[in-house]
Amino acid sequence: MSNLINVLSIIMICFGVFMMLIGSIGIVRLPDFFCRIHATTKIDTVGILFCLGGFSIHEGITLTSLKLLTAIVFIGLSYPVGSHVLMNVAARHRFGSELITSQKSQKKDVL
Amino acid sequence: MENFYLFIAITLIIIILVPFYRVLVGPTIFDRLLSVGAIGTKTIVLICVVGVIFGRIELFVDIILTYAVLNFIALVVIARYFQNRESMNE
Repeated sequence: MSNLINVLSIIMICFGVFMMLIGSIGIVRLPDFFCRIHATTKIDTVGILFCLGGFSIHEGITLTSLKLLTAIVFIGLSYPVGSHVLMNVAARHRFGSELITSQKSQKKDVL
Repeated sequence: MENFYLFIAITLIIIILVPFYRVLVGPTIFDRLLSVGAIGTKTIVLICVVGVIFGRIELFVDIILTYAVLNFIALVVIARYFQNRESMNE
């Protein structure tokens, strides 16, 4: 039983680190800011969730693993939200006037 | 098991060094900001690995939670600060 838990946690941590490696390569190789944020945010979120889940399984049922679960929930909610705010600001900068006019025309269509 | 965590820590340090290229040469400020956020996220896992290696993870978990909150707040606040700038060439 202890062996099984060790193997499961090792597999989860290795998968998470591999995903983070892919995200790091994507942030350097891709051509545009929006491509980069698209690659990095999703893959890094999966990687960190799997890594912290592996540590939580390795720890067993204690108060520490409960705190790790709290960290998992907070990071899984907050990192995509922060990246969305960043992407929103960048999109407003890049295509500011086009975005505002398209939103106005959409509102006219709805009303 | 100890050697495995040391290997994971060294791999994570190498992975953290990769986005520094984008911090240094990024064309816009948003690229740099995104890279800083990615580095902070990977640092959380590195702190966790260091805690397991030292055998006192119950002490490092609080640091992980604080670091996650600070990373999120820094990303949002700096993005909001640059929202109303007119020219953003560098």
